[in-house]
Amino acid sequence: MNCTETNYSTQSYLSCFLCIYIGKTDPFPGPAPVPVDRVQKFKRKDKIEKPHFKQYKLNDLIVHSEEASELAQKQAARFDLLLPEDAGFLEGDEGEDTCTVSQQDIAEAVDITSATKYFNLKLPQFGPYRVDYSKNGRHLLLGGRRGHVACIDWQSKQLMCEINVMESVNDVKWLHSEAMYAVAQKKWLYIYDSNGIELHCIRKFNDVLRMQFLPYHFLLATASATGFLQYLDVSVGKEVTAICTKTGRLDVMCQNPHNAIIHLGHPNGTVTLWSPNQKEALVKMLCHQGGVRSVAVDKTGTYMVTSGMDKKMKVYDVRSFRPLKSYFLPAGASCLSLSQRGLLSAATADIVQVYRDVWSTPVTKPYMAHRAQGAVWGLHFCPFEDVLGVGHGQGFSSMLIPGAGEPNFDGLDANPFRSTKQRQEWEVKALLEKVQPELISLDPTELGYVDRATLEQRHQDRVQALGFDPLAKEKFVPKFKKKGRSTAGAVERRKKKVAHEDQRDVIRKTVEEKVKMEQAKKAMEKKTAARADQKSALDRFKK
Amino acid sequence: MAKVSNKKRSGRRKRSAAEQKKQEAPEEEQEVSEEEQELPGADEEVTSEEEEEDGQDERRHQKLLEAISALGGKRKKTLGERSEAATQMSEFTVNSKGEGDRIDLSELIDTAQKTPAVPNKTRKQLKSLKKLKKTIECPLSKQESERIQRDLAFQKAASEVSRWNSIVVQNQRAEQLRFPLDRERSGPKPMERVVTGWKAQTPLEKEIFALLSANMQPIHDPVLTPEEELSLKAMSLEDAKIRRAELQKARALQSYYEAKARRERKIKSKKYHRVQNKAKRKEFLKRFDDMAKTDPAAALEELNKMELVRMQERMSLKHQNSGKWAKSKAVMAKYDEGARKAMQQQLEVNKDLTQKLVTSLNQDEEEEEEQQEEEAELLPECVNDAEKGGEPSNPWMRGKLSEDPAEGPAADPEGAAAPQARAAVEEEEEEEEEEGEEEKLLREFDRRRKQRQSEEAETPAVISLVDDDEDDDDDEGDGEEEKLSEFTNIFRGIVESRQEAASITDDSAQLEGSLQRIRTLQDVELLAEDVSAAEPPPAEPQQPPDGPPAAAPPAEGKSRKRKKGIELKEVLTKEAKVIRVPLAPTVAGDAEGGEETLDQRGLIKEAFAGDDVVSDFLKDKRRQEDAGKPKHVDLTLPGWGEWGGTGLKPSRRKRKRFRIRAAPAPPRKDERLPAVIISEKRNSSLTLHQVNSLPFPFQTHTQFESTVRAPVGRTWNTERTVKTMTKPRVVTQLGAIIPPMDREQLMKQEQSKAGAGTAKPQRHTKA
Repeated sequence: MNCTETNYSTQSYLSCFLCIYIGKTDPFPGPAPVPVDRVQKFKRKDKIEKPHFKQYKLNDLIVHSEEASELAQKQAARFDLLLPEDAGFLEGDEGEDTCTVSQQDIAEAVDITSATKYFNLKLPQFGPYRVDYSKNGRHLLLGGRRGHVACIDWQSKQLMCEINVMESVNDVKWLHSEAMYAVAQKKWLYIYDSNGIELHCIRKFNDVLRMQFLPYHFLLATASATGFLQYLDVSVGKEVTAICTKTGRLDVMCQNPHNAIIHLGHPNGTVTLWSPNQKEALVKMLCHQGGVRSVAVDKTGTYMVTSGMDKKMKVYDVRSFRPLKSYFLPAGASCLSLSQRGLLSAATADIVQVYRDVWSTPVTKPYMAHRAQGAVWGLHFCPFEDVLGVGHGQGFSSMLIPGAGEPNFDGLDANPFRSTKQRQEWEVKALLEKVQPELISLDPTELGYVDRATLEQRHQDRVQALGFDPLAKEKFVPKFKKKGRSTAGAVERRKKKVAHEDQRDVIRKTVEEKVKMEQAKKAMEKKTAARADQKSALDRFKK
Repeated sequence: MAKVSNKKRSGRRKRSAAEQKKQEAPEEEQEVSEEEQELPGADEEVTSEEEEEDGQDERRHQKLLEAISALGGKRKKTLGERSEAATQMSEFTVNSKGEGDRIDLSELIDTAQKTPAVPNKTRKQLKSLKKLKKTIECPLSKQESERIQRDLAFQKAASEVSRWNSIVVQNQRAEQLRFPLDRERSGPKPMERVVTGWKAQTPLEKEIFALLSANMQPIHDPVLTPEEELSLKAMSLEDAKIRRAELQKARALQSYYEAKARRERKIKSKKYHRVQNKAKRKEFLKRFDDMAKTDPAAALEELNKMELVRMQERMSLKHQNSGKWAKSKAVMAKYDEGARKAMQQQLEVNKDLTQKLVTSLNQDEEEEEEQQEEEAELLPECVNDAEKGGEPSNPWMRGKLSEDPAEGPAADPEGAAAPQARAAVEEEEEEEEEEGEEEKLLREFDRRRKQRQSEEAETPAVISLVDDDEDDDDDEGDGEEEKLSEFTNIFRGIVESRQEAASITDDSAQLEGSLQRIRTLQDVELLAEDVSAAEPPPAEPQQPPDGPPAAAPPAEGKSRKRKKGIELKEVLTKEAKVIRVPLAPTVAGDAEGGEETLDQRGLIKEAFAGDDVVSDFLKDKRRQEDAGKPKHVDLTLPGWGEWGGTGLKPSRRKRKRFRIRAAPAPPRKDERLPAVIISEKRNSSLTLHQVNSLPFPFQTHTQFESTVRAPVGRTWNTERTVKTMTKPRVVTQLGAIIPPMDREQLMKQEQSKAGAGTAKPQRHTKA
């Protein structure tokens, strides 16, 4: 980035000089303009007005901060140029539905490298598979219902390890890097390393059905059959909280990547939102009339998609908890997954459907569809790739979904091409920047707000300690007078005399000033008039 | 006498000086001073005469008072006063009348005018002096005059200092200060900047410049082309590499040397060190010989050094066997071989050192070593510097994730329609809020009862529903009504079968009405499904004739204008788009009984599946709301002021009187969201990390929050932005002396200010 910045400046410098030599004026003076919409994209805060009265310290502070944020916004928009990759979509011919295009057709049409990303793994022995991709999309973790666990560098098709845990497996999840993963087995939660060596058996976490990993908090959230939602801090290996949700078996779970809130789906049709800081649900939404089968939240934390036993699929705005769209799927959706660019995949039995723009435009038919060999058990879009991993009864299949993955990756956050050294470095940095679990809340910007409740509480405490409110104005209480002079009317009259005393003061002062000014004016006029009348001795020589 | 007069004069001078500065009546003062010059002798008299008048008045007044008091009868005894003769008898034959009287000027002048010796000029002056009635004020006291002086001095100093005010304020407000202030840019400067006002004069020069200008080469300002200048600024890659390699080598060598030295220093063996020293000495001698040939000056210096060491050794008692240690050894020497040897050694050292020949150079050796170490230390500092390189920046930084542009309100008709409907709902709710809750409930029950009655009367439920709608809002179009009844007619067949089911499942009277409504909405859903599906899926039980596609939205709008309790269900059963799937699930057919076999009964069951779910949720919500509400406090005391006992309740009036009503709770966040319960608990773990008092210059929360809102870190910003945002407050040049600001800086600044002031309007005019 540095390099390009200097290039930019030298360019303008050169152009400037050239102009001087040739003698022409620069037709495009100044730095290149940035499109407004792109600037808007990087907007982080609203502008604030300067205070009207003079207070130079505050004014300077506000002006500086505004300038800085504007600069940041503009620069960010300018450097958006450096994200050259753009996502495309599958487009059908005239009268052709994209959903009728088969995976085979796509694989034949695309280049060899992409074609290799469409493959099937036939693993019929160990039952339906759960799927998870690592954060940078490089590694794939498969967990068969009947104990088969395998991790694969799926792009090079290299098997990293393959084990059978000899127990039923409920869920598998990568931890922060591809060196470790968690497996929820029949009884306990286990952690293995990439060679398949068992690192930990965590007895505190029993009967886990579903897991989610919060990458910036290093928290592994687990939902168990006993109704417990537990958080494990994998950086220190301690349980952060265990929340008894009192809602029965928890087999539907997802996370909101925007604010690290866990969404749980329940058989009574509700979806509850949880943070590790509160023992009760932050929000409880009634989404379906039947039980909730699957939940997914998009990357920006704006939309939530749910599917239920009532064969419906609903789209919610999770910021305001309002329903946006409701779809009826003939057979309901058992699994949902959202890609980085907002494609929704829904599995109904053995059919995998992918939808585009479920929240903005009413959808009538899927963007793509594919029939898997068995009933679908796990769905996961691969980050930074146009690939959807489908775990089903007969193994695993990797589908090509054009336009699914984010084309531009952040090399410092999740780099698919990173080396071991880079990974180690990233790990250290990520650990240093770990966000504490206390900071999880519905609004991730809440930390930046002033805690007003405490402020008020403090004032109240002060009032209590002092016995009076130091900021309050004393109320006028008329003195009691004897001999019948404290009748209600008299008291009222006396009160009236004092009422609005401060306002009166102000008024009085202004009136006095006005009078003075007028007097001064008059005096001046008089003086000038007198001067005009006065004749000097030399006036007689005037003609 | 003389002293006194001197003092007086000086006092007056001071005063006059002060007055001049004040510039009060400068002319008069001048006159006075002139007279002073002319009449140096008359000074005192004049002043005394002036003072006299006041005194006289007083005296007269005194006399008058005395006279009056004398009238009273009692005569006051006058005290005899001792007086001096000089006051009465003057040597100048002038005497004042009365005791304590002072001399008048006229008295003095009279004689002067009579004597012819006095020149005319003086006479005139005296006359004018007589005319002058003005008295001269007495000189100010010392304290006062000093105060004035101090005041003036302060004013002067303040004006001097206040010239710096602008700079001080500027520096206080500046984002960054750079010291030292007058820094010159390092690096080569173009010739043009050094020599100004140079022009091509000779014909040759002119010709050359013509050529240059024709070929668009730089003529005027930078003799270097911009590229050249740039390359000058930056070191070439090769150079940089070579330099880096050199530095690396040097660093490695240094570390080797250090390691070796450390290792050697740790060796405790005396013998080893002795051998070492010997070797070093030999080497040094060799080197010295060489040096004598090649660099005689250095050799001489070395020689001098050795001489100095020798002298020092001779002066000191260091190796003379006279120290404490030596004495103790001397005692032992008789019996101990070692001690003897040690003493011998010391003496030998002394001998070596004091020898005139350059043979033994113990101390020199040490020096030599030190020197070497110093040399090692003198390696360039940059050896240890970390390599400077662009810090890893984050080119892929992104702000908030971009939202789809297609998401705009214009994109979808339904999205546009939704807010309107929502607004309508909100209006309805607001109206409701005004009414009491009990009233609401009552009305709801009433409505339900009506509905049930209508059902019992075997009128088609849908029609009753339509009626109900009419009750609610009369402003609906007739056409819409017709359409709706059309749909209902279509589904009449289904409805009857459903009624049966209703009678089975209906245990809670509360939710009766809602049940029915769900049914109807389900119909609408089904209808929509059919409409949207050009080719109906095989699962569809019935194929109703094509209804108008626009029918669904008005129906929805109507049902939206419902009461709060029902709206929830409405949300749940909201018209859903049916999605056509090209592939029919094979497994699903078996698992879910197959849609072909799904008869009407199944449909109904599905519709009622979530009913208890809804009621449960409503109950839960109500419980939460109640828990959050502040409670009324009842302070009635039974039996107080009236009869009490079992079965007797305090009167209603009394209960009302003694019930303290709690303030209404603030509105809940989920007030407008029927299908949502939002917890009102505060996140106390986060508050520990929040700012809980407003920092100094800020006046409102929003100001502070806004300044804190924008991120500063590298993850969210470009490198340049981070650098500008986090630039240090003060920057100092390493190793440069920072002198205090002098007057020149002030001048410079004022000039620049004036320049800016004049330059600005020019620019404006140009533009």
